[in-house]
Amino acid sequence: MTAGLLLHNAWANAPPVSIAGVLVWIVMRSRREPLWAEAYRRLGRSKRALGAIFVLSLCGGIVFLDSLSWQGSRVEEPKTVVDRLFDRPFERTYSEPMGSATVGEVTPHRLLGKHVFGTDSVGKDVFYKVLKGFRTAFAIGGLACLVAVPIAVTLGLSAGYFGGVIDDVVQYTYTVFGSIPDILLIVALVLMLGQGLSSICLAMGLTSWVGLCRLVRGETLKHRDREYVRSARALGASHGRILVVHILPNLLPVIIISVTLLFSGLALYETILAYLGVGVGSNFGSWGNMIDSARDELTRDPSVWWNLAFSSGALLVMVLSLNVLADALRDAIDPRLRTE
Amino acid sequence: MIEPVLDVRDLRTYLKTPRGTAWAVDGVSFTLASGKTRALVGESGCGKSMVALSIVQLLPEPAGFVDSGQVLLEGNDLLDLTWNEMRAHRGRDLAMIFQEPMTSLNPVFTIGNQVAEAVAAHGGSKSHARRRALELLERVGIEAPERVHGQYPHELSGGMRQRAMIAMALANRPKVLIADEPTTALDVTVQAQILALIREIQDEMGMAVLLITHDLGVVAEMADDVSVMYAGHVVESGPVRAIFHHPQHPYTRDLLESLPSRQSRGRDLAVIEGVVPGATDWPTGCRYASRCRFRVDACEASGPPMIARDAAEVRCIRVDAIAQSEATR
Amino acid sequence: MIRYLARRVLYTIPTLIGVSLLTFLLFFMIFSPETLARRNLSAKNPTPAQIDRWVHEHGYDRPKAVLFKQHMQSMLTFDFGESDKTKDRIMDRIKAGAFPSLELGALTFGFTLLVGLALAIVAAYLRGSYVDAATMGIAVILMSIPIVVYVIGVQYFFGKMLRYGPLAGYAPGPDGLRFMILPVLVAIVSGSGYYVRLYRTFLLDETSQDYVRTARAKGVSERAVLFKHVLKNAMIPVVTTTVAAIPSLVLGNLVLESFFGIPGLGNYLVGAIGTQDFAVVRAMVYLGTLLYVAGLLVTDILYAVLDPRVRLT
Repeated sequence: MTAGLLLHNAWANAPPVSIAGVLVWIVMRSRREPLWAEAYRRLGRSKRALGAIFVLSLCGGIVFLDSLSWQGSRVEEPKTVVDRLFDRPFERTYSEPMGSATVGEVTPHRLLGKHVFGTDSVGKDVFYKVLKGFRTAFAIGGLACLVAVPIAVTLGLSAGYFGGVIDDVVQYTYTVFGSIPDILLIVALVLMLGQGLSSICLAMGLTSWVGLCRLVRGETLKHRDREYVRSARALGASHGRILVVHILPNLLPVIIISVTLLFSGLALYETILAYLGVGVGSNFGSWGNMIDSARDELTRDPSVWWNLAFSSGALLVMVLSLNVLADALRDAIDPRLRTE
Repeated sequence: MIEPVLDVRDLRTYLKTPRGTAWAVDGVSFTLASGKTRALVGESGCGKSMVALSIVQLLPEPAGFVDSGQVLLEGNDLLDLTWNEMRAHRGRDLAMIFQEPMTSLNPVFTIGNQVAEAVAAHGGSKSHARRRALELLERVGIEAPERVHGQYPHELSGGMRQRAMIAMALANRPKVLIADEPTTALDVTVQAQILALIREIQDEMGMAVLLITHDLGVVAEMADDVSVMYAGHVVESGPVRAIFHHPQHPYTRDLLESLPSRQSRGRDLAVIEGVVPGATDWPTGCRYASRCRFRVDACEASGPPMIARDAAEVRCIRVDAIAQSEATR
Repeated sequence: MIRYLARRVLYTIPTLIGVSLLTFLLFFMIFSPETLARRNLSAKNPTPAQIDRWVHEHGYDRPKAVLFKQHMQSMLTFDFGESDKTKDRIMDRIKAGAFPSLELGALTFGFTLLVGLALAIVAAYLRGSYVDAATMGIAVILMSIPIVVYVIGVQYFFGKMLRYGPLAGYAPGPDGLRFMILPVLVAIVSGSGYYVRLYRTFLLDETSQDYVRTARAKGVSERAVLFKHVLKNAMIPVVTTTVAAIPSLVLGNLVLESFFGIPGLGNYLVGAIGTQDFAVVRAMVYLGTLLYVAGLLVTDILYAVLDPRVRLT
């Protein structure tokens, strides 16, 4: 590999590595914060939460591995770690998990390789497709949140803190946006912008910000008149400083819970969009696409169940972990209200 | 001696917290005589509210439990009863009013509805309950009972709400009224009215009153007997006059001294140094020892027993030594 | 109370105007008429003449201001014009599809909420027991499965294994209710999990309130505490969050209607998505919003009925 290629590969891998690095740094730093130490302790005690975190870390690990890619030589396509480890030769058509021959053909053919989860209609390894699906799910969730969260937080903070005209404008805006049923707005946006990952993420982001904004506004209102804000202002802190340094950290638990639930909701949503034909498009490996294409497979003879089963299984595992984690987070933050 | 209507013996109650087991009530005993008022006095966190909740068995779920002891209501141990058996006593011969009348009343039902519910919970027809509710509202000094009957809690002032609470408590002519900080959330002028009302009704019905409070002024005004609590224990117990004029336990003395009075104008307020120990790790020995002026090593060795002196009981091994040093001053 | 309601009703008007504006921006401003024409014409490389003809036929060549006025007018008068693809008048198709959608919507909504609430009450009453934990656990798992999977599974299970058919289809009137059984069942299994957990939280929140302690101190029975005191207070957040259910009606029903062949508005929309019929999608977005806003209004009215504290403002 030439130096130029090495540099190119390093450059391509910088984003995922730096994102992962930032996340780890945030977690490490916050461990020392007294506010978070309490929450971590409570979380640590819940076995379910630990299980969920473990599973999600595995998912995150897969996604991370699938983001690191490099080219062996100039002419090759960059391949990710997952590609290199799990890609299998294409078969002719369906085959059962751990099968030895194709299924559904007049004369079954011997398989070229071992397929733990079987193969789909074009002979692609299902396990590989499932792994690729993680990255798509995370990308959708992550990018959509990247759109929704900044909008929601800035608008919500401003509305709650400054009140008056700004509050009215923000409330009007989210009432209008929120009045359009999510699915319709997403469908409309995707139709207009064309299929693809970016339009889906943009569309989902634009519909999801409303709920979070309402929440942020409500919480900001609660905190705005608290003592610590008043004392900060008496000490001469600027509005910006108060918002970012004082109020925002108090909102983080609520935001984190909402983001977790958003992630899981969006992953489920994607399947519906795929069903309706406004999903990410068949170029991307996504669980929604796998489930959608499995619509007719069950009724074949013999029935092809593995495509549907393993993609929904992976989806179930991820969504379930997210929901359980959100529950545990909520309990970690609220139990003071219960036992005192 | 007349049988006390309420006799609490060595009550122990604990709370399960993330930090461990908190023994909120750790061996509390007192008696309550018919027609008399006993005050349970102490700072926040000393366990006095927990005592009250333990008696009616309405400890916070799911964390609170009564561990041992006896609560004898006219000779019957309440702690032996099942939930339904206990329910027969609550609101009938054993009534309780709480500190925050705003949150203690259901916001979506009218006052009349809630007072009538107190009546109807122990039998009777709906119309009887309604009539009785109006009577009760009038009895507690609400001027327009018909109107208030149809109003919601948020439409009333704090004083009115507390009167409504009292009306609910009196519905079935209780033998014992437990009042948990009934005036803490009210204005001073209203406080006086409510206390006078309780006093009046007590005289009329011969009710025994257990008054939980941290306000020594209220104690002085209302109580016949007082039990001073600190860190889950009763540290001094006796008639109000005796305790106030001649406090024997160091905590009681410090408490009374820390009250701002006319005489101390211009001087620094007396303060009790130190903090109350956390309920999950009570120290061995006297729990006040860390803040006590008269501490000696023996105090921290083991928990002092209650010693009877002059009309009172005092939980302090140095009670005589302290009295002597007083005499020589 | 009347004043509160009047204010609420008046507030919907600027909202609807805002929505119309938003839809206009969305549908007319993002792309030029030429791009729209290109999308709609099936030929690989439409000639400029073909493009111009399509644009003219569908009225996209008029100046934006005129389009806007027309758009607002059609929103107000519910005259959505013709579909981009077929020659149907959109309003006629809407009228035809309204009742089946309403039927399905009411049934799924009603049953899902009822089942959710009933299970939540059971779980809250038996709080801490195995029943409670099991209910919550099952609820989480059920709601983590996408509705599409349920629908495919139902098709397999009932169609292939039990050979129970027909699965899809519709007939108006009480006879046709048998077609509703499967979609409603799917809706309940996939949707009630969310509500059970939500309502249980509301119920338990109320149970830890002071007024419950007061009621118990009065000697009120546990059943009365739960069903009278707790339930009435819990109804407030229940009703408020019921609003959130309305969009999911639209969503779930898109899948259900399309899959079970119910000729309602959802099905119509799904078809329009498939053929990229913007005019229909536009109309449906507006309609969906209208229904949602109406639902919000109803919710606010119910809220004022249930919570006396609101009535004074």
